[in-house]
Amino acid sequence: MAIRNEVVEGVKRICDQYANEPSPLMMILSAVQKEYGYIPLEVQKIISEKTGIPVAEIYGVVTFYSFFSLNPKGKYVLGICLGTACYVKNSQQVIDKFSQMLGIGPGETTEDGLFTIEAVRCIGACALAPAMSINGKVLPKVTPDQVGKIIDEYRAKEAQ
Amino acid sequence: MERIQSATQLESIIAEKSKVFSDKIQGVGGKRAVVVCGGTGCLANDSLAIEEELIKAIKEAGLQDKISVNHVGCFGFCSQGPFVKIFPEDTLYRAVTLKDIKQIVEDDLIGGKICENLLYVDPVTHEKVARQDDINFYKKQVRIALHGCSLINPEDIEEALGYDGFKALKKVLTTMTPQQVIDEVLASGLRGCGGGGFPTGRKWQFAANVKADQKYIVCNGDEGDPGAFMDRSILEGNPFEVIEGMMIAGYAFGASEGYFYVRAEYPVAVHRLQLAIQAMEQVGLLGDNILGTDFSFRAHLRLGAGAFVCGEETALLNSIEGKRGMPRPRPPFPAIRGLWGKPTCVNNVETLSQVPFILREGAAKFASYGTEGSKGTKVFALGGKINNVGLVEVPMGTTLRTLIYEIGGGIPNNKKFKAIQTGGPSGGCLTEKDLDTPIDYDTLVARGSMMGSGGAIVMDEDNCAVDVAHFYMEFICDESCGKCTPCRIGTKRLFEMLTQVTEGRGTLDTLAQMKELATVIKSGALCALGQTAANPILSTMNNFPEEYEAHVVDKKCPAHVCKKLMSYKIQPDRCVGCTLCARNCPVSCIHMTQIPAKPMVPGKVIPGKFAHEIDQSKCIKCGSCMSGCRFGAIIKE
Repeated sequence: MAIRNEVVEGVKRICDQYANEPSPLMMILSAVQKEYGYIPLEVQKIISEKTGIPVAEIYGVVTFYSFFSLNPKGKYVLGICLGTACYVKNSQQVIDKFSQMLGIGPGETTEDGLFTIEAVRCIGACALAPAMSINGKVLPKVTPDQVGKIIDEYRAKEAQ
Repeated sequence: MERIQSATQLESIIAEKSKVFSDKIQGVGGKRAVVVCGGTGCLANDSLAIEEELIKAIKEAGLQDKISVNHVGCFGFCSQGPFVKIFPEDTLYRAVTLKDIKQIVEDDLIGGKICENLLYVDPVTHEKVARQDDINFYKKQVRIALHGCSLINPEDIEEALGYDGFKALKKVLTTMTPQQVIDEVLASGLRGCGGGGFPTGRKWQFAANVKADQKYIVCNGDEGDPGAFMDRSILEGNPFEVIEGMMIAGYAFGASEGYFYVRAEYPVAVHRLQLAIQAMEQVGLLGDNILGTDFSFRAHLRLGAGAFVCGEETALLNSIEGKRGMPRPRPPFPAIRGLWGKPTCVNNVETLSQVPFILREGAAKFASYGTEGSKGTKVFALGGKINNVGLVEVPMGTTLRTLIYEIGGGIPNNKKFKAIQTGGPSGGCLTEKDLDTPIDYDTLVARGSMMGSGGAIVMDEDNCAVDVAHFYMEFICDESCGKCTPCRIGTKRLFEMLTQVTEGRGTLDTLAQMKELATVIKSGALCALGQTAANPILSTMNNFPEEYEAHVVDKKCPAHVCKKLMSYKIQPDRCVGCTLCARNCPVSCIHMTQIPAKPMVPGKVIPGKFAHEIDQSKCIKCGSCMSGCRFGAIIKE
């Protein structure tokens, strides 16, 4: 896969931005993930050339942390909390309902690139259990019945 | 604000800001102040829009010079949010929505009349409570770590200065030697609030005894324990206090650089911490020669990337160094060789937030709270099946009964209390028989659990002990870093065995093997994550042996949770034949029988209405039928 020139430049700029920090790899990866949504091997090679860190090591770090992704994620990342407080309040049923309605499992993205389902571990909103987050926005007390409405709402947003 | 260059200057600024802040709270000059909760919980319920709407409405009423509005950190009582509080009356409005704003402004702010419908109602006495301090949830609390949370604007350094901020730092830098600081913290009995409960003063002493050109203090804000959110709330509610605690630690053992490691899942906390660091740099409270002394200190912020194991201190250090977050063998301990090989102390957010209190009010005051072995207070995150879900700070030694029934308001829907899980995936369950045990670090360990970071999840009779253990084991398997064999492979095998049990494929032998393997992992794993990984299993096996046996011998799940061991059933004598369940069923496995349905009006049989039945071979046990049925005709067996 060829990478567009502006992405190459963008990644290099991010590397330069953190060049003076001690051990900047995590910060670079966080910034790249945030900016482009994923960190494929080609991008890791650019980071390696800029920082001198071997690609093998970068790949090891990228695959270790759940926030970094090798593949593009959907436009809306549905993070359903499976922390303890949410789990004892049936968040598993919420995630099952999303899977069933979107036809994808946790960690997968719909074919239209709109939604990714993620099972997340505690977003710290335990008082609002079962909670979920959509691109960082927290939705409180989600029930399986609301799942259809949530999906429709974001689909409608897209259609506009 | 001007740059603060000396202790005397800081003192006069503190005096000035304290006056401003106390005037605000006490309503001097006929002024009133409205604060809106800006914690993650209330933000999710639109509290930001509520704040904007309040500002707009007050301006429209021409009261903007008389009434101020700002947001504050978490009130802790998240299940009742969003909160709007009015000073000087101390009136607390709960579950406020955008449509209530008009009423609050017209009735209370203009009319001076309390909006009764927005007050908290005590679940036991059913009485309305207007003042925050009169609510049972708050009565038994002692706020040391949560000092200033829900009171000051966490994005305004002037409010922090007006509410005890940096008094301890000034005292330490101008009147105490580093050793005196360590001695004071030792005397206070403060122990690490992040899990292990290691004495904080001793940790600092180790690092102080090492000679090095550079040392580091690291604040562990990687609150991974699912169900715990105190660190998040403290960072969101009063980040200045944590930075102050970190600086005092740095002064005590000679670190001039501090690193905050905060979960990326907490964007609000990260943002406010960033603002606080910037504000302190601007006024010279961070940087070179603070208050004109020789002490220089810089604070940096690093984000986690979603790995639970990074809460383990040596894994956290690896992560800051840009590596995979895998634990290092100890010794050498971080106090000897830590971040980039230099002596490092890693302290938890809550621990550091208690340090300013100890130095400001004295070790004796702190030690006057708590038990023999555990001094001071602890913040618990009450969650799960409990009425008052939220964050509470109580003295060590408070009993579970007080925590669950007095502060927590008991179990909802008249269900029976089954267990409380403390310590997250590293902890265990406490049951009915432990309700009157005073809780501190040592009593919890003695009962097969641990304090952990303070997550406390209440479970009722509808929760299955085996399923909960299964849940934690899946979590640990997922989060095991893979470095050592007992944890990497052992937890996987344990998880498989537990799956057999929850699916009815287990035998008594499986249970015996699980116990044996759990013990091996406990003694053989490299870090605390692995060593404690089997605790949820061991503790539920000890507390609920009959439940495990039911799963393997009778092949039944007594709580009707484990899907393979339960089924949904329609009771023909209660089914009215409304067809709602059949329409809701995602796999179309509900059909009509030949049994006439129960008439909706007694005696009025409607021809063609028949009771329904579930085809068990197709049922996926999603529960849609049961949750939709309005006649209570569907039961779990």
